[in-house]
Amino acid sequence: MNFDFLFNNFAELTVTGLAFGAIYALIALGYTMVYGVLQLINFAHSEVFMYGTFAALWTTMLLVGDTDVSTLRGIGVLLCSLVAAMAMSATIALLLERFAYRPLLKRNAPRLIALISAIGASFVLAELMGLRDRVAAWFGLDDNLSEYVSGARINRSMPSVLENKQLFPIGDYQVTSVDVLVIVSAIAMMVALDQFVRRSKMGRGIRATAQDPETAALMGVNATRAVQMTFLLGGLMAGAAAFLYMLKIETTKFDVGFLLGVKAFTAAVLGGIGNLRGALVGGLILGVAENWGSALFGSEWRDVVAFVLLVVILLFRPTGILGESLGKARA
Amino acid sequence: MSKTPSVKGITSSFGSRVAGLPKPAKIGMWIALAVFAYALPLLEPPFISPPGTDFGGVLFTVTIYMLVALGLNIVVGYAGLLDLGYVGFYAVGAYTAAILTTFHANWPLLLALPFAVLASTVSGILLGAPTLRVRGDYLAIVTLGFGEIIRLVALNTEWLGASKGINDIARPPGVELFEIPHLNWDSGTPLLDFNDTTTFIEFGVLDQIPYYWMGLTVVIIVLFADKLIKDSRVGRAWEATREDEDVAELMGVPTFRFKLLAFATGAFIGGLAGALYASRQSFINPLSFLLLFSIMFLAAVVIGGQGNRWGVLVGAFLVAYLPERFREFTDFRVLVFGAALMLLAIFRPEGLLPPRRTVRAKQAAAEIEALEEGADGEETSRV
Amino acid sequence: MSEDQSTTTSSRRRVLEIDALTLQFGGLTALDDVTFHIEEGEILGLIGPNGAGKTTCFNAITGIYRPTRGDIRFEGTSIAGHKRFQITQLGVARTFQNIRLFRSMTALENVLVGADAKHSTGMASALFRLPKHRREEREGHDRAMELLAFMGLQKRADELAANLSYGDQRRLEIARAMATEPKLICLDEPAAGFNPAEKAQLMELIRRVRDQGYTVLLIEHDMKLVMGVTDRIVVLEFGRKIAEGTPAEIRDNPAVIAAYLGVDEEDAS
Repeated sequence: MNFDFLFNNFAELTVTGLAFGAIYALIALGYTMVYGVLQLINFAHSEVFMYGTFAALWTTMLLVGDTDVSTLRGIGVLLCSLVAAMAMSATIALLLERFAYRPLLKRNAPRLIALISAIGASFVLAELMGLRDRVAAWFGLDDNLSEYVSGARINRSMPSVLENKQLFPIGDYQVTSVDVLVIVSAIAMMVALDQFVRRSKMGRGIRATAQDPETAALMGVNATRAVQMTFLLGGLMAGAAAFLYMLKIETTKFDVGFLLGVKAFTAAVLGGIGNLRGALVGGLILGVAENWGSALFGSEWRDVVAFVLLVVILLFRPTGILGESLGKARA
Repeated sequence: MSKTPSVKGITSSFGSRVAGLPKPAKIGMWIALAVFAYALPLLEPPFISPPGTDFGGVLFTVTIYMLVALGLNIVVGYAGLLDLGYVGFYAVGAYTAAILTTFHANWPLLLALPFAVLASTVSGILLGAPTLRVRGDYLAIVTLGFGEIIRLVALNTEWLGASKGINDIARPPGVELFEIPHLNWDSGTPLLDFNDTTTFIEFGVLDQIPYYWMGLTVVIIVLFADKLIKDSRVGRAWEATREDEDVAELMGVPTFRFKLLAFATGAFIGGLAGALYASRQSFINPLSFLLLFSIMFLAAVVIGGQGNRWGVLVGAFLVAYLPERFREFTDFRVLVFGAALMLLAIFRPEGLLPPRRTVRAKQAAAEIEALEEGADGEETSRV
Repeated sequence: MSEDQSTTTSSRRRVLEIDALTLQFGGLTALDDVTFHIEEGEILGLIGPNGAGKTTCFNAITGIYRPTRGDIRFEGTSIAGHKRFQITQLGVARTFQNIRLFRSMTALENVLVGADAKHSTGMASALFRLPKHRREEREGHDRAMELLAFMGLQKRADELAANLSYGDQRRLEIARAMATEPKLICLDEPAAGFNPAEKAQLMELIRRVRDQGYTVLLIEHDMKLVMGVTDRIVVLEFGRKIAEGTPAEIRDNPAVIAAYLGVDEEDAS
C-alpha cells in the first residue's frame, strides 16, 4: 500500500474526489427517489445519465464546431448543453416510467420482475446508443449525422469550450474552475430539489405516496402523477450530473452508464436509500474513498474499491448512514 | 398476454399425449430424442446448421449455456433469488481449471475439474452466507458487485494472467476409437461423406463435435440430478421459500440453510460449466467474464420460463444459438435479448414455457372425477 | 382467581406455559404480563376485542417476536428466542388470519412441506434416492393424502393452492399445519369469512382435530362459536389478561361483558 502517494497528494485526491462524489450524488438522487416511492431499484437510471452525456456532447458539437469561442459565447454554449442534457435525461426517465414500469405497477407485479424489466430496458437503451450509426442508417440519416453517430462503440470527446482555469491552491493542489463549478452547482441543485420535495405541494404528494400509497391516494394524491414526478426529478438531476461529468471527464461512450450507475447506487445505499440528504453524503464519501483507495492500492483497483464498499455496506448497515426515509423527510 | 392461450394449448396437448404413453414407449421416445441430439452435428441438417461456422462448436456453446441456465434456474427459478453475478462462479471455475492445468501446475483436466467445481461452490457459500440475509433486490446488486469484483481481480492480478489471460488450458483426455462420417447435403439428398469425419473420441483443435458430446452428456446428467432434487424435500423447501419465506420458516423449513444450498448448487453447476468452457476454449481472459454474460444467462432463464427445466433449456438454446445462426445480427443480440427481457417481464413474466403444474392439476381433477363418477360422496368426509 | 379455576379443572400435563409474557415495540406495550397455560388435549380459546394482542401472542409463541420479558415454555423447556423453524420442529404449528398458502404449489405439495418439518432428507439422499428419501417420501405422501382426505380435499390434491375455493384454502392451511405433527396447533381465526353453516362445520372439524390427539389453541371473534367448542377460554384486552375460565364462567364474567360492551354478549346468549 502506497501511503506516501496518498499523503503527498492528499489535497488533490480529496478535491477531485469531492467533484466525482458530487456527480455520483446527483445520479444517486434518481435511485434514491424511485426507491423511496416505489421500493424499486431503477436499474436503467444509469442509461438516463448516459443519454444526458450524449445530449451535452452533441449540443456542444453543434454550437461550437472546431472554432474557438469567446468566454461569453462559451458560457451560453454550456448553458444550452446543460439544458439539453437535463431535457434528454428527463425524457428518457419518463419513457422508462411509462413503458418499463407502469404496466408492471398496474398489476402489482413482484419486485424482481420489475427489476428484470428494468435490466432489459437498460440494455436496450445502452445498445441503441451503441448502435446509433446503424439506427441512423435505417432512417437514411447517416450521411447528415455522421459526425454525431460515428464511433458508436468508442469514446467520443467533447470539444473544449472554456479554458479550465486554476483558481486557488489547497495544499499543493491548484483547484480548478471545473472542480468548483461541479461541486458548487451539484450542491445547489440538490438543495433546490430538497426544498422542492419538502415545501411544494407536488413534493408533499411524493412524500405522502412514499409513506403510504393507499392513504395518499385516498387523500387525493394522484399516485401516477407523483410517480411520474419522481422519475422526472430523478431524470433532471441525472441530466445535470451528465453535463457536469462531461465538463470534468470530457469523454463519453454508450456503456459509460453502467459503472457510474453502480457507483451512484452505492452512494444512495451508503447514505441511506430513500434519503435525499443521504445521497449527497453518500456520494461525497464514495468519491473521496475511491480516490484515496486508488492512491493506496493503485488506480487499477479504483472500481473494486466502490464494489467492495457496496457489498460491505449492504451487509453491515443496509439502512445507510442517515437511514432510509423519503416519506419521513419533514416539511 | 393475448398470445398465451395458443402456446399453452400446444404445449398442453403435446404434454398430455406424452404423459398418456405407456412407460416403455416413453423411455423409447426419450432415447430416440437423445440419440438425435447426439447425432445432430453429424447430420449437419441444412438451414439449422449455421453457415460458415463449425456446427459442433456452436452446439457446444449451446450446451454450456444450457448448463449455466440449469444452474441459474435453481437459484432464480426454484429458490427465487435474483443473482446478477452468476458469471462470477463461471469465472471461478474457469480460472481454477486454467491455473491447475497450465498456469501454476500441470494437472490433467479430469483431476482439476473437481477442484474447479469445489472452488466455485466454496465461493458461492462464502458469498451467500453473509448476503442471503439481505433483501431480495439488494441481493441482486450484491451479486452484481461480486461478479464485477471477480473480473476486476482477474484483470489486475498477474498471478491470474491479468489482461493477457491464460493460454494452453488442458483438454479432456481422448481415446481415438473410430471415425464417424458426416452427412453431406450438397446434392440435395443426404449422402455419407467419408472425407468429412469425426474421430470418436478425440478432443482436437479443429473438430468441436466431441466437446459437444461431452457437454451434452453433462447436461443430461445435470438434468437428471435436477429432477431428482426438485422432486424431494429439498425442491419443495426451495419453492416454499420462494413463495413465502416467513411462512416456510413457520412450517419448519430452515429457509436460510436452503437458500444457501441453492446458492451453492448453482455455483457448483456454474463452476462446472466455466471449467468445461475454459477447456474447450483452451484460452481465457477477463473479457470472457463480462457482466453482459450474467445478463445473457439471466435472459436464458427468464425467456424460457424460470422454474421449468425444459423451459430454461429452450431459453438457453435461443440465447446461444440464434446469434450464431444469424451472425449478421450478432451485433444486435444484446439489444434483442434486452428487449426480450423487458417485454417478457411486462407481458409474460412466466416465460415461454412456464412450469406445467396448472395443466397437470386440471388433468388429475378430470381423471378423479371420471373415476368417482357414480360413487357416493361419503368418502370425502370420512377420515 | 382465575389460576385457581384452571388448576381445579384438571391435572393434565401442561403443553404450553405462557409465563408473565410482556412484549414491547418501542414505547408501545402489546402484551403486558400475560400468564396462562394450555393442557394436553384441550381446546383453549383466546378471545378479546380487536387489538387486544391475540395475534401478537401467537406470534410470540411461534417465534416471530422475541419476548421483552417473561417466558414461553413448551413441554417444560423455554422456547423464547428459538428460531421459528425450530419451534415448529419441536411441535407447535399454526395457521394464519389472512390465508398464507404457497400459492403456486399444489395442495398436496403444501401439505408435504408441512410433513417435511419432521424429515431430514438432504441433497445426497435426494440425489441418490437413498432409502431415507424413499421412506420419508412415502410416509409424507401417505400422511398428506390422509390429511387431505380428512379435510375433504383429496380430489383437489393436484390443484394449485391458488385455485382452491376460499373454504378449501382455509382447510388446506389446517391440513398443512397438522402435517408438521405438532402437539399444539394454533388456529388464528380459522372461521373468518365463513357463513354460519360453514362455521358450524369447521367447529365440528376442530373438535375432530382435537380427538385425534392434538391440543388446540384457537383465536376466534365469534363468541357463540368459541363458547360452543372450547374447553377453557382466556380473554385479553389491551394486552392484558382480564379473565380465564370455562365458557360458562366467561359468559357471566362482568369484566368480559364490559370489554365486549354487550355486543358479543348477545351473540353468546
